[in-house]
Amino acid sequence: MRYALYPGCVARGAAPELYTATLQVCARLGIELDVDSMRGAACTGAGVLQEKNERLGDALNARTFALAERSGLPLMTICSTCQGVMSQANKRLTQDPAYLAEINADLAEEGLEYRGSADPRHLLWVILEDVGIDKLRSLVVRPLTGFKAAPFYGCYIVRPSSALGFEEHPDRQDALEQVIEAVGAEVVDFPGKTLCCGFPILTINQKNSLRMVANHTLDARGRGADAMVTPCPLCHLNLDGYQPNAAAAAKKPIELPILHLPQMIGLALDIDPKAMRLNKHIVSTKKLLSELAVAP
Amino acid sequence: MKATLRVRRFDPDSDTPEAHFQEYDLDVEDSATVLDGLIKVREEVDGTLTLRCSCRSAICGSCAMRINGQAGLACNTKISDAVPRGGGPITIEPAGNMQIIKDLVVDFQPFWDKVRAVEPWLQPEGPEPETEYVAPNDAMLHEAGVMACIMCGACVSDCTVLAVDSNFLGPAALAKAYRLVVDPRDDAEASRLARLDEYGGVWDCTRCMECVEVCPKGVAPMDRIMALRDKAMERGHTGTYGARHADAFADSIKHSGWLDELKLPIKTFGLFNIPKILGLVPVGIRAQLAGKRPPIFHKSIPGVQGIRRIFDRMESRR
Ligand code: SF4
Ligand code: SF4
Ligand code: FES
Repeated sequence: MRYALYPGCVARGAAPELYTATLQVCARLGIELDVDSMRGAACTGAGVLQEKNERLGDALNARTFALAERSGLPLMTICSTCQGVMSQANKRLTQDPAYLAEINADLAEEGLEYRGSADPRHLLWVILEDVGIDKLRSLVVRPLTGFKAAPFYGCYIVRPSSALGFEEHPDRQDALEQVIEAVGAEVVDFPGKTLCCGFPILTINQKNSLRMVANHTLDARGRGADAMVTPCPLCHLNLDGYQPNAAAAAKKPIELPILHLPQMIGLALDIDPKAMRLNKHIVSTKKLLSELAVAP
Repeated sequence: MKATLRVRRFDPDSDTPEAHFQEYDLDVEDSATVLDGLIKVREEVDGTLTLRCSCRSAICGSCAMRINGQAGLACNTKISDAVPRGGGPITIEPAGNMQIIKDLVVDFQPFWDKVRAVEPWLQPEGPEPETEYVAPNDAMLHEAGVMACIMCGACVSDCTVLAVDSNFLGPAALAKAYRLVVDPRDDAEASRLARLDEYGGVWDCTRCMECVEVCPKGVAPMDRIMALRDKAMERGHTGTYGARHADAFADSIKHSGWLDELKLPIKTFGLFNIPKILGLVPVGIRAQLAGKRPPIFHKSIPGVQGIRRIFDRMESRR
């Protein structure tokens, strides 16, 4: 199991903890990562570039897919937003050969061509489909018994379902819950789990963005969650980074730690929390870690 | 087939007007829709169950409700498809983001008010044509995608922004606005876009795609909203934080291949927008203390020249 890792901008920028946790967890799960092949790949456009120019976004993603094909490895993402944007671009590119040919004409100058074979998949799906939930369960050395985790997917890894292969892979719809259970934790189900974290409008309408953060975290907390787990670093930026602002705006304490997906798995694999930078979050994970008896 | 409908009930006139769930075990044809099931309940089990419906064929738009937490047309959803994975009852609730009147009936007044607010009629200028106005086929075919809207409110029900801000025009009204902006017979594009650029308009959408997912007619409201943003920017409405954010985002990718998370907010708000920039400071300090701040020296990715060339080619072509 070897993959070309496409980390995305956030894991290389404001969420370095996601990157380190990913490397360590993948090593334990037998997921080999080539971290070099995708170094020259551009940002997916995150849906923002697509607002201005969808075709330009598709060209950048076709270029990334061409780089992946050149590496000969399947492409792995660690961000719900990257995943969704890539999946949508790939759908447009592969269902219309004439469109693909036009885009390829723009890549030719760089000596690249996308042949249509890339199948970008998020770590969450790789765990589900390549590692296997049973295998994950068998690798757990420190079951997170008693840990109540609320899943939070991020819009782009659940919608639009037509671009995300849910038909061929119905398991993807509750992948996060399956992983939470496999590491011995308990799922705290809540309706917000597939809704928007508010990040895309953070700089446009901060009031609404913070309301979304407060609603989801307070709801999860109210249902007994010890923490929230997300496969999306953008959700993490908002739910963790802006949680203090959201709490102030809502005039209610929240204090709900937000874990990146690999950080939660890493705890069950007995990886040092510090090595996964769990001490570098905005909302402290200290209490949670001591309850789990893995205090750093 | 046998199925259980778990229906959210609410009657404001009852002695105890509290919302609660009531379960109905049914034996229905394999081909039965959720609406068939509900009508069966109303006719054979419990005549007080209140719902809206008319055409039973996904045309009139009256039967939108939440089925297993997601909005859809009851007449367009088969019971056999709605049984949750792993079995159990089908949960049926009224559409969201609207006041419940009784059981599955919600108040559509705000919905219609917003549709009306985008002035959903053609506003031509100049002398009337002698004969009928001949619209180009392509333009009308494109518009047909939006005209397919049956005003069912499923998108409004599940819109994540409306859930926190009732001032937002919302997906159905904005899709309608798009249809008029692109109509070749309409001449009010400039004033329409100017108004859509304001608070509650196109920039307040959080791109969550709920409306795209739940729309039973493939209207894809969010895609129309994104097209309206693009049109607004092309018309020179580049001063909103949303437009500046989109511009700064594109610039960053063009410049270095990836996102410069430090520069992005500064470019969005403007370097001299002191209150906004100061507003970011506590967040920045917190991030700094936690060791979460993005790298100060934003390095270009290898091969960025290739990316810039793609930008140049695509932008010059527009
Ligand atoms: S994409 Fe925008 S309009 Fe559509 S549901 Fe989400 S926030 Fe509402
Ligand atoms: S856009 Fe779709 S979901 Fe929204 S009102 Fe129209 S038909 Fe219904
Ligand atoms: S009854 Fe007319 S749309 Fe469902």
